[in-house]
Amino acid sequence: MKTDDFIAMLANEAPPVDRRAPGRRFALALLIGFAAATLLMAAGLGLRPDLATAIHLPMFWMRLGFAACIGAAALSLTLRLSRPGVRIGARWAGLAAPIAAGWAGMAVVLAQAPAGDRLPLLLGHTWHVCAILIAVLSTPAFLAMLWAVRGMAPVRPRVTGAAVGLLAGATATVAYCLHCPEMSPAFWSTWYLLGMAIPAAVGALIGPRVFRW
Amino acid sequence: MAISLSMSSPAFTATSPTDRATDGLSATEIELRERFVRGLAGDATQYRHFLDRLGAHLRAYLRRRLPRAQADVEDILQETLLAVHNARHTYRDDQPLTAWVHAIARYKLMDFFRAHARREALHEPFEDDGSLFVQSDVEPADARRDVGRLLEALPDRHRLPIVFVKLQGLSVAEAAQRCGISESAVKVGVHRGLKALAARLRGSA
Repeated sequence: MKTDDFIAMLANEAPPVDRRAPGRRFALALLIGFAAATLLMAAGLGLRPDLATAIHLPMFWMRLGFAACIGAAALSLTLRLSRPGVRIGARWAGLAAPIAAGWAGMAVVLAQAPAGDRLPLLLGHTWHVCAILIAVLSTPAFLAMLWAVRGMAPVRPRVTGAAVGLLAGATATVAYCLHCPEMSPAFWSTWYLLGMAIPAAVGALIGPRVFRW
Repeated sequence: MAISLSMSSPAFTATSPTDRATDGLSATEIELRERFVRGLAGDATQYRHFLDRLGAHLRAYLRRRLPRAQADVEDILQETLLAVHNARHTYRDDQPLTAWVHAIARYKLMDFFRAHARREALHEPFEDDGSLFVQSDVEPADARRDVGRLLEALPDRHRLPIVFVKLQGLSVAEAAQRCGISESAVKVGVHRGLKALAARLRGSA
């Protein structure tokens, strides 16, 4: 087929494009991912028994904010990476900022603690399951976001995969915050981040294959 | 603000060659963007003009990029145009059209390089000068691959809607009647069919 004919075919009967469809798709994926993570957490792990009193602690909200800010940054990156030719630039700082804040909190807590208390603060009581549970809870959000991004046109599939994974991980972490009893920044700046890093690594690994278009 | 004021002062009004190139670039950007946005709103004539002009620019771009693979240019051009069409909902109103198209063209070109990396070193070192809209080339060569034949090989649920609606120009309602499926199924068939066609082009370059 000659290029002229090919162009005629593409332009023929090309109906108006719904410019809001991508936004709806992302919103739906995010909603499904968060709802599924919350349900899985509530059914499989249970809310923390002292949730009613915990929500009055500033640290509860700082921890939730840590996950939510990373999620917001990952969402912004995912949205931009899923469209060709949109620059990221300084937006990487939006991701670095909450991580740096969490690590600063960890440094302060560890510096103030007596030497013998530092390792218990870092490991808490649940370090051996925390990251794995977050990674498992992130699965529905991961699949939903893959679906949303596959409807777009990412030109940097590996980075996009990582951003999708991080977003799914952060979504799961917000839900996990309602279960997890660990309150020390030394704990959550380490293990929550590791939990988010697992789906991010999986995303980077499979991105080039699942996002081809 | 200070820059734009000084640019409009008399000292800067004489056009140097660089100025003219910049003006030409932005004029093309403005015109193509206008046609493209109207096409997104459903104006098929403007969309056709957009694809024609874009095709000429892409041809010049690809010929510069592929000095040793001229025979592949028309194939990659068609593949890139289909990619632009299939991704047209991802354009953001606040971004330059040049940046959007350029990212797609570059993506498709890198895809080609990857697929042919083992065959031979086809290309000069790939430098991105962002000059997509500077030159245009309206002399098509023959495509090596026949898109029509690839289209024929699609399953009926994709092929028939495309043949009736996009090639024969029937209305969606008429095509639905002929295929014996609903109108929305015809629209979905066209949409998915063009994506399936893109996947086959990718595998056959």
